[in-house]
Amino acid sequence: MKHRTFFWFFLPTGLAMLLFIALPIVSVVIQSLFIPHEAVLITVESCGPFGCKEQTSIDQEATAVLRAAEPLGRFAGLGIYFDRGHLALSEVADAWRSSESFAEFYGHLRNLPFYRAMAFTLAFVFVVTPLVIVMGLIIALAVNSLHKRLKGLVIFFSLLPFVINPLVGSLVLFWMIDSRGILGYSLQWLAGDPDLSLKASTGLMWISLMVYGVWHASPFAFVIFYAGLQTLPKDQLESAQIDGASRWQQVRYVVVPHLMPLVTFVALIQLMDNFRVFEPIVGFNASAHARSLSWAIFNDLGGETRQLSSAAATSVMTIIGVAILLSPVLVRTWRDFKGKT
Amino acid sequence: MIFEKVAMASALALMTGTGAMACEINARVSIVGNEFPAIQTVGAEAQACTGGEVKTNLTADHQEINLPGMQGDPAEYTSAIIANSSIVALMNDDVIRPIDDLVAAHGQGLASTQLITIGGKVMAVAFMANAQHLVYRADVLEQIGVEPPATYEDMLAAAEKIRAEGIMDNPVGGAYAAGWNIAQEFNNMFLGFGGEHFKPGSAEPNVANEAGVKTLEMMKALTDYMNPDYLTHDSNATNAEFRAGNVAIMNMWGSRAATLVTAEGVPQEVVDGFAIAGPMTVGGGDIPASTLWWDGWTVAKNISDAEAEATFIAMMNGTRPELMADEDIRTQAVWLIEGYEPTEAAVGVFAAANAGTIPYPMLPYMGLMHTALGNELSDYMQGKESAEQALKDVEAAYVAAAKEKGFL
Repeated sequence: MKHRTFFWFFLPTGLAMLLFIALPIVSVVIQSLFIPHEAVLITVESCGPFGCKEQTSIDQEATAVLRAAEPLGRFAGLGIYFDRGHLALSEVADAWRSSESFAEFYGHLRNLPFYRAMAFTLAFVFVVTPLVIVMGLIIALAVNSLHKRLKGLVIFFSLLPFVINPLVGSLVLFWMIDSRGILGYSLQWLAGDPDLSLKASTGLMWISLMVYGVWHASPFAFVIFYAGLQTLPKDQLESAQIDGASRWQQVRYVVVPHLMPLVTFVALIQLMDNFRVFEPIVGFNASAHARSLSWAIFNDLGGETRQLSSAAATSVMTIIGVAILLSPVLVRTWRDFKGKT
Repeated sequence: MIFEKVAMASALALMTGTGAMACEINARVSIVGNEFPAIQTVGAEAQACTGGEVKTNLTADHQEINLPGMQGDPAEYTSAIIANSSIVALMNDDVIRPIDDLVAAHGQGLASTQLITIGGKVMAVAFMANAQHLVYRADVLEQIGVEPPATYEDMLAAAEKIRAEGIMDNPVGGAYAAGWNIAQEFNNMFLGFGGEHFKPGSAEPNVANEAGVKTLEMMKALTDYMNPDYLTHDSNATNAEFRAGNVAIMNMWGSRAATLVTAEGVPQEVVDGFAIAGPMTVGGGDIPASTLWWDGWTVAKNISDAEAEATFIAMMNGTRPELMADEDIRTQAVWLIEGYEPTEAAVGVFAAANAGTIPYPMLPYMGLMHTALGNELSDYMQGKESAEQALKDVEAAYVAAAKEKGFL
C-alpha cells in the first residue's frame, strides 16, 4: 500500500484512537500526578434542627484563590503511587524489616490495599483464564458434533451467560448461593452443615467469584473456537483417522494446533478482562473477602469525599499491570510474525 | 414582572393553603436525591409545579452523581437532596449557593429549625430527621419474658435467651455489609462509648484507642447472633431478614422502619409483633449509640438566578406544610415541617433526639474517615486480625487519604 493511501485509510481510526484512547490516558496520568490544594479550614458556627455547634468548615474564598492560581492542584509527582493506598513503599519496607519470617511479611503485605487487591486479581486471572479456554473448547467440540437441527438452539442457550449484563448475571448467582438461596441451601444440605455459608468464608467466596468468571466468559471462548472449528481441514482429520488416531489424539494433534492462534487471541482478551475483574465483586457484595484494582477505583470515586488522584493513580497502575501481563503473549506473536516474513 | 408573578403565586398559595395549590415557576428545575419513600414524595410534589420543566433523578447512587452533576456551569442539577453527611462533599467543592435571599423572598412557612446555617449563611433547608434505633418483635421478647433492651448488653442477653429457647438461630439483625454500612455501625457504637473521631480541633484521626477497641469487641459479640452472611447484608437485606421472621432485635433506620412491615407477604406474626423503641446505649454510657441525621435540599451555585428561584419555589412546594395533612405522607418520615403530628412510627427518632444522640459529624474530612472504616474493619470482623491492628489500619488509610485531599 502506498504511504499516501495508507495515511488516508488509517486517518479516521487514528483520530478516533487519539481522541478516545490516548487523550483520556494522558488526562488520567496528569490527574494522578497532582493532588488537591491544602484545605484552608476555618471554624464557623453551624446551626440546624439539632441546635448550634462550632464546627470546622472549608474557607471557600481562600480555596477559590488557591484554585485560580494553580487550577491543577499541588504537584505530587509519584507521591500518590507510593502512598499506603497504592504501592505503600515505606509500609512494605517497615514490614520487611520487622518480619522474622516470609510468612509474617506476607501477612503484613496482605493487609495493604494494593497487595490485597493484587493477590485476588492475579489468582482470579490465572485460574479463570485457562479454565475459560478449556471450557470454551469442550463446549465448542461438543456443539460441533451435534445434529445440525439442534445446533442453533444449543448455541443460543450456551451464549446466554455472555449476553446477560455482567452485573445482573452476578446478582442472579449471588442470590442463588445465598444461604437461603437454592444453591446455598442445597450445599448446606449436601454437607449436612446448616451454618455453611459461601458468603461468610473468604476461600468459598473466591471460588464462587471464579466460578462466576468461568460461567460468564466461557461462551465467548466457545464462539471463537466454534468458528475456528468450521475451518478445520477435513482431509487432515480423515488421514489422522486412517492412521488410527483416537478421538483424543485427533483433538490433541490436529484440532488444537489448528486453533492455536485463536487460543492466543482468547488468552489475550481474557487476561485483560480478568485483570479488570469488577462486576462480580460488586454484585456479590464481596468486598470483605475479595478486592481488585478496578474495585479500588470504584471505591475511591464512590465515597462521600471523592479521591480523584488516588483513583487516577490506580487506573495508571491497572494499565501498566495489563501491559506486563500481556507482554509474553505479545512478544511471542511478534516473534511468530518476524519468523514468517 | 415575571418575578412578581411568581412571588404573588407562591404567596397566594401559602395564604390559601389548599392541597392542590398553584405552583408557578418560570425556569427549569432538576433534582437529584436518594430514593426512600419520603424523598419520592418531595420529588413528586415538586414536580406538581407548572410553567417550567421539573426533572427528578432519585436513586440510591445519588452521592456518586450529585457532585459531578453540579460542578459544570451551568450545572445539570439545580437542587440536590442531601443529608448532614453528604452536604459536606458539596460544600467542600463549593457547588451549592447560600439561599438567605430566597428564604427571605419565598421562605414563608419555614420553621427556623429547618434552616441549616453555616457561618451565618443558610446553605440548606432540612425537611426530615432520621436516626437508627431499636426495632424488635414484641411477641418474641414477651415469650422469653424480657423487656425491650435499653442497652446493647441487654440486647446480647436477650439474643442469647432467644437462641437458647430455640426460637431463632440468629435473632440479631444489623446492616453490617462491608463498606458504608459497617462503618456507620462503628460510628454509632463509637460515639456511644464516648469516642471522638478526631483529635480536638484538627483532622488527626482518633479511633485507635480504648473506645475503638471496645466498639469493635461489642460489634463482634453482636455478630455471633447474626446471620453468618452479615458482611454482605445492607439495610435492605437486614429488613428482608426481619420481614421473613428470622430476626427479633435490630438497630434500624427510622426512615425505613416506618414502612417495614407494609410490604407484601410479611407473615402476620411479624406484622403484629413489630415494635419500635429508642436507640440503645452501650458500656454504661448515657449517650445513645446512634447518630442524628437530617435530610434537606440545597440550591446549586452554577445556575442562573432565575433557575435558583424556580428551584427554591418548587422545593418549597415539595415540602409545604399542607402535605402534613396526608396520613400516608405523615408516616413516611419524621418531618421537620410545620404542622407535622408525629405518628407511632416516629417514636424511635424522637426518643433518639430527646436522649441527646449526637448528630453525625458534619466535618470536611468525615467522609474520608467513613470510607477508611468501611474498608478496613472487615478483616477484624472475620477474625483475621486484632482490633488494635484493624484500628491502626483505619488510621493509616485515613491519613493517606487526608494527605491526598490536603487536610493533613
